[in-house]
This record gives sequence, structure tokens and C-alpha cells, in this order.
Amino acid sequence: MGPARTLAEKLWERHVVASRPGGPDLLYIDLHLTHEATSPQAFDGLRLAGRSVRRPGLTLALEDHNVATTATAVLDPVSLVQLDTLRRNCAEQGVELYSVGHRRQGIVHVVGPELGLVQPGMTIVCGDSHTATHGAFGALAFGIGTSDVEHVLATQCLEIGQPRTLAVEFTGQLPPEVGAKEMILALIARIGANGAQGHLIEYRGDAVRGLSMEARMTLCNMSIEAGARAGIVAPDETTLEYLRGRPHAPAGADWDAAVADWSTLATDPGAVFDRTVVLDVGGLTPLVTWGTNPAQTVPLAAAVPDPQTFADPLERASAQKALAYMGLRPGTSMRDLAIDVVFVGSCTNGRIEDLRSAAGVLRGRTVAAGTRMLVVPGSMQVRAEAEAEGLHEVFAAAGAEWRLPGCSMCLGMNTDRLEGVERCASTSNRNFEGRQGARARTHLVSPAVAAATAVAGRLAAPADLA
Amino acid sequence: MEPFVEHHGRAVALRRDDVDTDQILPAEFCKRVTKSGYEDALFARWRAEDGFVLEQPRHAGATVLLAGRDFGIGSSREHAVWALRDWGFRAVVATGFGDIFRRNALNNGLVPVDLPTPVVEELMDLAESAEGLRLTVDLRAGLLRRPGGEHPFTVDARARARLLEGQDVIAETLLRTGDIEAYEAGRPSWLPEIPRGAFDLAEQRLQDEAPLQTEQRLRTDAAGVSR
Ligand code: SF4
Repeated sequence: MGPARTLAEKLWERHVVASRPGGPDLLYIDLHLTHEATSPQAFDGLRLAGRSVRRPGLTLALEDHNVATTATAVLDPVSLVQLDTLRRNCAEQGVELYSVGHRRQGIVHVVGPELGLVQPGMTIVCGDSHTATHGAFGALAFGIGTSDVEHVLATQCLEIGQPRTLAVEFTGQLPPEVGAKEMILALIARIGANGAQGHLIEYRGDAVRGLSMEARMTLCNMSIEAGARAGIVAPDETTLEYLRGRPHAPAGADWDAAVADWSTLATDPGAVFDRTVVLDVGGLTPLVTWGTNPAQTVPLAAAVPDPQTFADPLERASAQKALAYMGLRPGTSMRDLAIDVVFVGSCTNGRIEDLRSAAGVLRGRTVAAGTRMLVVPGSMQVRAEAEAEGLHEVFAAAGAEWRLPGCSMCLGMNTDRLEGVERCASTSNRNFEGRQGARARTHLVSPAVAAATAVAGRLAAPADLA
Repeated sequence: MEPFVEHHGRAVALRRDDVDTDQILPAEFCKRVTKSGYEDALFARWRAEDGFVLEQPRHAGATVLLAGRDFGIGSSREHAVWALRDWGFRAVVATGFGDIFRRNALNNGLVPVDLPTPVVEELMDLAESAEGLRLTVDLRAGLLRRPGGEHPFTVDARARARLLEGQDVIAETLLRTGDIEAYEAGRPSWLPEIPRGAFDLAEQRLQDEAPLQTEQRLRTDAAGVSR
């Protein structure tokens, strides 16, 4: 028996191709996901250097960031060039691509797991910061820039330094009206929007074990909003249950071998983390962001905070700027904020469970006059499942728009964007200035709160609805 | 890549904390497929406002950006780094950087100089003074030099070595192809592969093993979007 190791260390060690003393390791990448927005320059770089993709079979390409969600054909010429470029690059290099209209198309971080491509013990990268999503399976998954995308295409490796480890222990019993979105927002509020810089988070504790795979993905997804390189959850029965029978999951004898291997993927008792944060979820209530970074969060039942009450001068200045941008006054009750647009979707909350949760609140109710609601499934598969369950009819009956999959209003790259200073309750992950439109005002919420808000026309929780 | 050993240039102060990559380069500019020519898009939203610091004539030609706490958090878009570089910046001085941004910057010869807040604030005051501020980013020595003083900073040792020599990272890794092949020989057999056309094969397997309910009429035309 060697020394006790954390899950992160185990995942790291099994992918070291070569190391330098004290230096970064050359790490093997098991799966590379790519999309139209951050890959063209990488393929171009390959071409210019006369190189080719080393292992085309370990890369999957999807169209998601820049696609229209109203119809597959509606695209501006600039976006079309970008999609065409991806199609050409994939054809040239032999990379599998699920284009708009394909039955498996959708957001990279939703489709990868659906296909069973994301498995415990793997390393996964993508030119997108929310690659951390895949850590939910006990995989080491992190976002990279375009230079690194080119590096992975050419070598299937990355030279990278080992992150420090942060244990986040969620204790207590999660109240029924809250979920993974509240857990991660509460964590970010606690440690700050770059509080886990340079760290890899392992989410631990009973409250995590009780979460579904979808919820674990929501949790890991927003690790980057805490500044972390990645977030992971050790695999367990829930993980196996999710994976079994998926198109790319191991089958037969391979399955048994894989399960035996995966069972070793847990932090050993006595292993030491660089840092630990303990957070009791027992008292959590629905949360909503009021500012322009995800750490600026309060309970829905609270009011807009007064910057003067912030002890740290940096926090105070940041809060003042945020309030000015958000058009808010201290002391205003969050529940009094009228909402123009509700967005349900993104790789944070665009999975089937999220749509079920939103539809559950909407059933038999209607979206308030003056409020618009967009429901954008994370993938064609999610859309199909939702339609099989009749959820689309619930959305349509309530007056919400039922869209085709894509990143949509999460980043406002396509035409799904807020106009002027519209205020949005969004299930996505970033409330940054200008993220959903030039002057857009974003409040991050869970799918249930988003749906209740659509009905009330103001920020609301399901319990607030008569 | 062009080597980076030492850079001497004028500094400009962006008095903002938590500057994320969406602010450095808004998403609509990520539609482009090129790797240069992003100077028009840098801080596009703020530049549209009156008096934005980068638009002030006295700061034209500045090559060192001073910013507050946690610069470059958020999205992994390398376009943000390209835009800073295309504008003419060779270094960013801040307290803390987003991890992915830091890496992207080093991959493009833009040096992230991480210094404590009081130091950065002092530099900002100097940059805003009538005389302005000229700085030297000495990567070899790991020092940021200013008139009358210097501040040590560190960057990832390998990245630094590569920048000093202007090495091609990918070419270096390709020299280790032997190691990569040896590693690949030991990978477990069950790890997924997605050959081109994999979708059809996977569907085939699904139909063989368990007819699923996913066979829905997926309407992907305009008519399929219900209001
Ligand atoms: S949904 Fe948003 S966060 Fe997720 S991949 Fe798309 S743009 Fe990134």
C-alpha cells in the first residue's frame, strides 16, 4: 500500500505520459470535445504547420455556441462561415461531427455524457471553460484555450502543472425546494468568484452522494465560477446506473473490467487536501444573484444588499459598480424585481431533469403578461425525451417558447440576446456584464425558480405561487 | 513564436476588478475564424462609453495593462488574449488571474505579471499621474522594473523557458512521440473511440440491445418550433 492519495491525484497519476522533475507533466487526454467557436484557429494552425490530428477517434465535434435555436436554417453569413469551417475541418481530419439537425447535436457538455463518452477515470478537455461538468463522473475535465486545442489535436497530450486540491464537504440534508444550483451558488458566495484559483475541487459528503448525475453535472459545471480548474465527484452506484447501456459505455466483459477499475476511484481515507471547505446545506433556501459575478448571491427572500455594509473595500467598490450596472437600489426586496425574460437552458441547467423541474412548476399555469420565457433543451436527445414526456406541451400551453438545442442566451452569440437593459432570470452560469446582451441584467437561478418567476413576472420561488 | 525576454513600454491603468473574458472580448466577436485582427473588439462595450481609458489620446501606444484583482476570469476564449495582443499589449499586471487566461496568455507571448494589490495600486497611481509610467517586464530575471524600484514575479517555469527561447510547444511535445506511443499501448481497452460514422454504429448497437424510446419525430425545421 502506498501513501493515501486523493481522487484527483489518482486521476492525475494514471495519465502522466512523461514528467520533468519539478516541472509540469505531459498528460494524456482520453477525450477531446470541440465546437465551432474555439476550434477554427486550432485546425488552421495544424494546417499551417503541416500537421494532422493524431487520434481523430478521440475527438468529437459539435455545433452549439453559434447555432440558431429557432430553426436549423436561420443563420447570419458570419455564423455560417464558422459552421462551414468546422464541417470542413472535421471532414478533412476524420473527426466525427454532429451538426445542426443531427439527432445527437447539442451542447458539448450535455451530449458527451449522454453518449456515454464520459466515464470515470478519464481525462477530458474542451475549448470551453465549463468542461468541468464532466467531473461529475469522476473524470478529470478542464477547459482550455485554442492554442491548447491545437496541441491536443496534434499530440493528444497537454503539458500542465498539477493543481492544488480543495475538498468541498457538503453536509446535512438538502431541503426539497433547493438543489445543486443552490449548492454551487452558496459555495461561490462563500469562497468568492476566483476563490478556488489554481485548485481542483472534489465535492464530497452525503449531500453530494444523494444527487442524481444531472445534478452532479450542474454542481461540477460551475466549478469554474469559483475559479477552479475542475471539479470532481467520486463515481458510485448512481454513476454506474447512468452509464449502463449508453452508446459508448463499455459492454460485456469490458463493463465488468471497467467497473472493477472505477471502484478504486475514490479518495483514500487519510489523504490530505491542500484546503477544505465545509458547507451545511440543511438551511439552504432558493438563491439568486443580484450582481455581476456569481459570488454576489443572496437568498430569494432577502433584499438587495447595501454596499456600505461590506467590510472589504474591494468588495464594496465591486458591489457599487454591480448595483449601478444592474439598476438596483439597496434594500429592494429581490421578490419585487420584475423580470422581462426567463431563460431555461445551457450546459448548467439544460438537461432533462431541469426541464422536468421547470415544467413541474409551469403545469397548469401561464407565463405572466410582459414576461417572455425561452426553454432551450441542451441537446436533441433532451428535446426528444422532453417531447416523449409531453413537457413541450406544458411549455407551449404556458406560453413559453420551445426551442432547438444550443448555447443560446447563455452567452448571446446567436440572436438569442437580451435587448437594452432587459432583466433576465437565467438558469445559466454567468451573470457577467454584457454576457446576455450589451447592457443585459442577469439573475442566475435554478430551473424551478426560473419557472416560478415566469409565472409571477417577478423573481419568485415555486412556494410563492398560489 | 517570437521570443519574449524583456519588454519596455508605457503602462495604462484599467481600474476594474474581476475583469472577465466576456468583457475583454464580447461573444459576438468569437464568430470569427481568424487568429488576429481583434483590436477593434477589445473591451468593445466599454470603449463605446465616453472617456474610456484606452481611448484617451495620452494612453495611445501603451503596451502594459494594469488591472485590479482577478483579471481574465470566466470563459476560456483565447480571443481575449489575441485582442489584448492585437491592441499592442505585451504584458498585463494584476492581482490574480483566471487560470485558463493565464495559460492562454503565456501561449501567445502575453506575460501575466501577478503582484500584490498595494503594488498594483501604486503603479496605477503613477500611470495616471501627469508624467505617466514606463515599465520594464524582465522575464529572464522575473522582475517588473519601474523608476526607482523593482518587483519580483513568477510565471510557470516551463512556459517561461519556452518564451525566452521562442520555442514551438507542439514541436517539443512531438519530440516525445515515443513516450506517447508507449503510454497509448497501456490504455484500457474499454475507453471510448469515436471514429467518423460512429453515430450510425452506436445507433445500431442500441437497436440491437434495447429498443429505446428515443426514436421521436424530431422536427428540426422552422415549423417544429412551437411558440
Ligand atoms: S451553454 Fe453556455 S457555458 Fe455551456 S458551453 Fe454553451 S456557452 Fe459555454
